[in-house]
Amino acid sequence: MASDSRSAETGIVRALHFIDGVSTWVGKAFAWLIVGLMLVVVTEVFKRYALNAPTSWIFDLNNMFYGTLFMMCGAYTLAQNAHVRGDFLYSSFSPRRQAALDLVLYVVFFIPGIVALCYAGYDYAADSWRIREHSNITSDGPPVYHFKTVIPIAGALVLLQGLAEIARSIICLRTGAWPSRLGDVNEMDVVGEQLANSEFLDEDARKVAAEAARISESARQRDRGE
Amino acid sequence: MSDPYLGMLMLGLIVAAIMLGFPTAFTLMGLGILFGFAAYFKSGQAWIDNQVFDLMVQRAYGAMTNDVLISIPLFVLMGYVMERGALVDRMFYSIQLAFRGVPASLAVATLIVCAFWGMASGLVGAVVVLMGVIAFNPMLKAGYDVRLAAGVITAGGTLGILIPPSVMIIVYAAVAGQSVVKLYAAAMVPGFFLAFLYVLYVLAWALINPKIAPKLPEDQTRVPIPAWIPPFQSAYGANMFLASLKALVMPGPGKGIEKDGQPLRWPDIARGLGFSLVPLSLVTALLGVIWWYVTVHQQASQVIDTGGLQPLGGAPQPDATEAKGVSPKFYMGFFTVAGLMTLVMLRFYWRMTAERFEVIRLLSTSIVPLAVLVVCVLGSILFGFATASEAAAVGAFGAFILALIARTLTWQRTREAVFLTAKTTSMVCWLFIGSAIFSAVFAILGGQALIEKWVLSMELSPLQFMILSQAMIFILGWPLEWTEIIVIFVPIFLPLLKHFGIDPVLWGVLVFVNLQAAFLSPPVAMSAFYLKGVAPKHVTLNQIFAGMMPYMLIVILCMVLMYIWPGLALWLPEFLYGAG
Repeated sequence: MASDSRSAETGIVRALHFIDGVSTWVGKAFAWLIVGLMLVVVTEVFKRYALNAPTSWIFDLNNMFYGTLFMMCGAYTLAQNAHVRGDFLYSSFSPRRQAALDLVLYVVFFIPGIVALCYAGYDYAADSWRIREHSNITSDGPPVYHFKTVIPIAGALVLLQGLAEIARSIICLRTGAWPSRLGDVNEMDVVGEQLANSEFLDEDARKVAAEAARISESARQRDRGE
Repeated sequence: MSDPYLGMLMLGLIVAAIMLGFPTAFTLMGLGILFGFAAYFKSGQAWIDNQVFDLMVQRAYGAMTNDVLISIPLFVLMGYVMERGALVDRMFYSIQLAFRGVPASLAVATLIVCAFWGMASGLVGAVVVLMGVIAFNPMLKAGYDVRLAAGVITAGGTLGILIPPSVMIIVYAAVAGQSVVKLYAAAMVPGFFLAFLYVLYVLAWALINPKIAPKLPEDQTRVPIPAWIPPFQSAYGANMFLASLKALVMPGPGKGIEKDGQPLRWPDIARGLGFSLVPLSLVTALLGVIWWYVTVHQQASQVIDTGGLQPLGGAPQPDATEAKGVSPKFYMGFFTVAGLMTLVMLRFYWRMTAERFEVIRLLSTSIVPLAVLVVCVLGSILFGFATASEAAAVGAFGAFILALIARTLTWQRTREAVFLTAKTTSMVCWLFIGSAIFSAVFAILGGQALIEKWVLSMELSPLQFMILSQAMIFILGWPLEWTEIIVIFVPIFLPLLKHFGIDPVLWGVLVFVNLQAAFLSPPVAMSAFYLKGVAPKHVTLNQIFAGMMPYMLIVILCMVLMYIWPGLALWLPEFLYGAG
């Protein structure tokens, strides 16, 4: 029996990591839209100011790049625990208490909110598809129905990731430790990178500092329940 | 329970849920949907037809097409690319050498790097840790007072959220419906004023009590002069600027001088001369742009303005060429400044020693390119050449180009910058969706009206209201991050500003400055904990807090000054865009 429940647990962890992987992969794929957005705007700046030939639908295109970017990265951000949270009390709780709170709040706030977003977004996009809606910001604007479709899709991804987070909380409640997350780049990485390239720090200082940075980062991660 | 009290319950619940540490964006959405459902509830209507769903999706789509928020990912990308592409320790080293004659030079250099970093990235994040590694230990080794060293890093590190282009200002602009450009212009002066006050404070302290910041030992302030320079100087003369000029036309005396094992070639000399011309060209370009902006650009745009068209039913327009021309005062001021600059430059180039030559080279290869990029981006927004998102995109593009030229941009770093940008943008924008739903439902329930009635019944004077609102934001700034304060609590105050006749731009800038103070106040200031993480063991948290306190007081002093002279913040926007 014990081995059964353990294998069930590893199965759940594997499913968790699979969902994490999907969210992260989708998020990282859509993250590249920022480079597209940058290039589109730069080209448009050049065309408008140097060639005096602005394009009318660029405004809509920019919105689509930006809107799709952040919506589709919502699940990725959740999978990396990067949505802002007031963690000054939370970080002082034991993992079990954190998990209990998270579990309750995911069910009470997250599920209704995101299910509503999916449902409302589906209707919204369906209406837009039905009338083959075009942007009304400029005359003869580009179609926007595919852009509106992003809302229910992003909502569904976030919901899926939310279910994974709920499973995480349940596992943590049972085992008393948070299941691991996929590794990813974070803001503190820059310290290591900068130090690796430094020319004016001596080797000792660099080693001590890199070690200390790692400790402070892992402390922060632990605080955030990772 | 009547609706307005339902609204207050909602506000109470959001505070409680934030305290419990649940991701704020989803708390806002969940509360918004639950209370909104109750607010729109009509008996007899199918629950699936409840209008709250329309409200929600409209708000989400509104955030997706928000033309203010769109500049956030672009600015954030620019910041991350710079952060990963630049070499901070070289920057710190060259600035420290440039300021080697100043008391407490390491502390001043730290503040400058922090302020610059704030301009570049606008995220508090890693600045404190990075400077804690690069600058903290050298300062302690040089015998600086622990409190002084800790204070400049923590205070300098939080400057980033105030100095434009900061993400916080964009979010405030989106929440308050104010122009980003005006807010940037307004935050610019207090931001640099604050940095200036910090430097002033450090200098004053070091002058009064030199013991806290002993002079650096000789070997650390000596500028490393490359081996080829002394023979070069003896061949052409001590003034490196004139010597390089001479060497370009007559290669004879320089024969036999070696650089890195190779004979000194013409391009080397030309490059050296080019570096030494950087200060001159920066000053010339700056003066040139000011001249062009005032005498050509403003005048040209006025010609367009006075097309002779009279708005329907409006009064006849006064002849604008008469009303506004280049005032003689401008010419006076401009030529005075230009004359002074010429004298400074003459003196500067007159004494172009080998040290100065080398320091200029170090500065030009570390901080100058990025500084010029940031100044161009901000300048083109402020002077109205481009919108914020256009300038941000060009800035991000420029950051990529600079990093490519400096050969610091690897594929790995590009990926990191892109992914971090996606996460930060997503965090801010999902929070914005949540808060848009939340505040709409809060207003529908009448919670907003209740608060307004309540505040108005207290019959506060504008000053009292100002102090009350800022004090509340200050206290909220202890436990909360700026994102939560700006999207949840600021909208509650905003409608009241009109009643008290307070300019939302001024109030916003006060909030930005205020949050600086809140983030520097013990015992919750995150930057202190970040610094503690990388500091040597003997540095205690209390010492870091003690170091931060004076800066907190300086920030509060700055707020008082801003309230007494609102011109401090409003001078630049009014000068650039006119009043109102």
